[in-house]
Amino acid sequence: MLKPTDIANPDYFHKVVDCQWACPAHTPVPEYIRLIAHGRYSDAYMINWKSNVFPGILGRTCDRPCEPACRRSRVEDETLVKGKKEPVAICRLKRVAADYKDDDDINSKMPKAAEKNGRRVACIGGGPSSLTVARDLAVLGYEIVIYDQDPKLGGFIRTQIPHFRLPESVIDEEVGYITGIGNIEFRHQRVDSLKAVLAEGYDAVFVGSGAPRGRDLDVPGRKEAGANIHIGLDWLSSVSFGHIDKVGKRVIVLGGGNTAMDCCRTARRLGGEDVKVIVRSGFDEMKASPWEKEDAIGEDIPILNMLVPKEVRHEGGKIKGVVFEKVVAKYDDKGRRSLVPSGEPDEFHECDDVLVAIGQENAFPWIEKDAGIEFDKWGLPQLNEKTFASTHPKVFFGGDAAFGPKNIIWAAAHGHEAATSIHKMLIGENPEERPAPGVNVASQKMGIHEWSYDNAPTIDHRLKVPHRPKKEALKDIMAEVELGFDPQLAFKEAQRCLNCDVQTVFTGQLCIECDACVDICPMDCITFTENGEEKDLRTRLTAPAMNPTQDLYIGDGLKTQRVMVKDEDVCLHCGLCAERCPTGAWDMRKYYIEMTHAEHACRKQ
Amino acid sequence: MTYIAKPRLHHPSLVKNKAGFTRRDYEGAVSTLCAGCGHDSISAAIIQACYELDILPHQVAKLSGIGCSSKAPTYFVGASHGFNTVHGRMPSVMTGANLANRDLIYMGVSGDGDSASIGLGQFAHVMRRGVNMTYIVMNNGVYGLTKGQFSATADKGSISKKGVSNPDSSIDMVSLAILMGATFVGRSFSGDKHQLVPLIKAAMDHKGAAFLDVISPCVAFNNHAGSTKSYDYVREHNEALNRIDFIETREEITTSYDPGTTKIVRQHDGSILRLRKLGEDYDPSDKVAAVKRVQEGLHAGEVVTGLLYVDPTPSDLHANLNTVDVPLNTLNAPELCPGTSALDKINASLR
Repeated sequence: MLKPTDIANPDYFHKVVDCQWACPAHTPVPEYIRLIAHGRYSDAYMINWKSNVFPGILGRTCDRPCEPACRRSRVEDETLVKGKKEPVAICRLKRVAADYKDDDDINSKMPKAAEKNGRRVACIGGGPSSLTVARDLAVLGYEIVIYDQDPKLGGFIRTQIPHFRLPESVIDEEVGYITGIGNIEFRHQRVDSLKAVLAEGYDAVFVGSGAPRGRDLDVPGRKEAGANIHIGLDWLSSVSFGHIDKVGKRVIVLGGGNTAMDCCRTARRLGGEDVKVIVRSGFDEMKASPWEKEDAIGEDIPILNMLVPKEVRHEGGKIKGVVFEKVVAKYDDKGRRSLVPSGEPDEFHECDDVLVAIGQENAFPWIEKDAGIEFDKWGLPQLNEKTFASTHPKVFFGGDAAFGPKNIIWAAAHGHEAATSIHKMLIGENPEERPAPGVNVASQKMGIHEWSYDNAPTIDHRLKVPHRPKKEALKDIMAEVELGFDPQLAFKEAQRCLNCDVQTVFTGQLCIECDACVDICPMDCITFTENGEEKDLRTRLTAPAMNPTQDLYIGDGLKTQRVMVKDEDVCLHCGLCAERCPTGAWDMRKYYIEMTHAEHACRKQ
Repeated sequence: MTYIAKPRLHHPSLVKNKAGFTRRDYEGAVSTLCAGCGHDSISAAIIQACYELDILPHQVAKLSGIGCSSKAPTYFVGASHGFNTVHGRMPSVMTGANLANRDLIYMGVSGDGDSASIGLGQFAHVMRRGVNMTYIVMNNGVYGLTKGQFSATADKGSISKKGVSNPDSSIDMVSLAILMGATFVGRSFSGDKHQLVPLIKAAMDHKGAAFLDVISPCVAFNNHAGSTKSYDYVREHNEALNRIDFIETREEITTSYDPGTTKIVRQHDGSILRLRKLGEDYDPSDKVAAVKRVQEGLHAGEVVTGLLYVDPTPSDLHANLNTVDVPLNTLNAPELCPGTSALDKINASLR
């Protein structure tokens, strides 16, 4: 027998907001999308800024874990959307908030540093995780010192992402919002010793140094032709700082991740005419985001797969090309994949330059063996996954330095957690006790049939973000390719959001079991039936509940001793159940769930 | 009343029936009845029944009179024929329509006011004549459109929302229909689709006058303590005599059922109703016993539901009148004007 759902547990309805639940920083997505639809860009920006710190940057570059989770992609009707169910373009809507916000308004809304509390925190590395820690702690009065080897803050955001995807002005602006808080000192200084930093007497040290080492290629000829073989990470960084401004006509990019996509598209803009990406694995298994692959292909860059580099051919120190062995994927009994030679003749591809983007590694040569930091067998620090504390009582980790290479949004999420831990530790609380999220519940009922949100779901298909014409885009490495949604397109796309944070809340004591909600529900999500085991119950609903990752909402208190079962999976949050309910047993209530950061760290669970 | 149309999006598992339609295709316009009205549940049951029977919507004719219930046909099977008649006169119009085109599936939808008060005479005669139809009365015992006066089906002694007791005897539509000659009579409850949907299917399948009295609580004026047509009262006093499990048309019975739990009614056209017994041994093909059981139930304050009476060998209006086998609109000049030789033959036969 299933127990009645405990809707007082903030996680229950948080999970229903699939996008927010999937976002590492748990950004209240539907709330800001509604604000965008209303043209309240600055408010939408601030909601983002609070959660993920870099709305303008993430609105262009995020890996978007929210989008595959979006309910919209499960409920669209193929026949109405040209055969393809698609999520709301959450990421690009975020950019709209950043593009159209009122800068004066934003500046007036930005927090200012509190009076100094006498504690000092060092952040090693100037990337997104360190900046998040700095932001969360500076407003509490901590004095923050950020160390970075590069002349400007931003870390990989600045050095790895080409400017045609992310203009530098956006980075400057959003880094500026953080440093503008005050109490934050930037030292352009490479850290070579953790012990030396600790010796400066900081109360806590946050390590957000990233995963800065690009993996190298280990094949015959690598050394001899070295002048024309570049590590992708370093090459992108040099391009970003203007140290490199051209490349050969024929370029091979090795690797299938997002760095490879950035390398090949950058090469196209620096004189590369015949640029191709060559990957070991199959096209579908590539690590790059599907949209980044799409953009690369759109710039005439072929992606060749199932080819393993075997040898670099060279003549008199000059590169000729790369020999590849053709492979096929074989799966063993356990489904593990291995790439085995196909037996076909090797392929030779001529080139003038090779960019190696086959992965990146963590490297902590600057952390002394006896500094008190333990590492695991993969060379990553041993961390408490909840608090991000290392084995050294004063040292915390976050971002790529913590659990290996991930996206910016993870770095922001880590930064919030680490900042909370640091603050709790320094005020004498136990960092293991994490603060509960703030939850605000409000009925959206405005009248008998009126709701404070647009409850009618649209059937529009996903809108494409306008791009700069290819010819123009390839000419100028500084010209941003994506132009972003304009307000009209943004409104249309925003209306595709189903408002999943406006929850269907059921009160069994009020229900007269008239079936009105069952009859009106367009998705057949509601059933009144005898309780049972979940597996059995899922099969005997009005429509079967086929997605076990989505909860069943169980409501009790009915006169017939039956239970109300609602399958959250495909609910449109259209509110028709509440509209047709004669007794108010159903109500549409907005659950605004906001993660607790360092400033409310003492909020108890 | 609701202001947004039911979204076109639907559950991913929604499937098409043999006619090529999903259940959603049998819906109508969004209901403008009060939220929680039992009539909407009956509409949903009709939608489900039509979907399960693979009915082609354009072969359905919905006829109704005046009242909340008579608005309901707008809210189901949108792509069908409809006729809103003068108050209480739906049976006559349906009789005429049926005579003109016998191929359509006729569904009469009416209420306790339309059928038991202003239209009582018409109701009696349409049953008597055996018009091939499914006649559904959405029975809430109250005049909802005029704010809650007792209707003719309100039980004697039941209490109105304003606290007044009903002094008049009630008309029991089921007893009346059986006595008037309906050949398929059932009663159900809008809050019990498991019972209602198969009853509607069987009624639509029946080749004769089929009548269903469906208790349909009025949430606005008749859902209080003291009412005998409220959700709570009907749930507490519901005496279901049987449930229709299967309707099989002209197919061999391949599975065997325990005769103690199942009653099989074989109809004239070869279709089979499989009734699951609930408690007492009840034979719905025995007309006298049916009237007796229904009257006993009334006396005991029970709401007796299920398939209450069925004549397995019904005859209908067309058989009684010996009409042509095809709709009148398919008759062309050769049939309608067979020529002088035919006239001569007729004249000769009269000499």
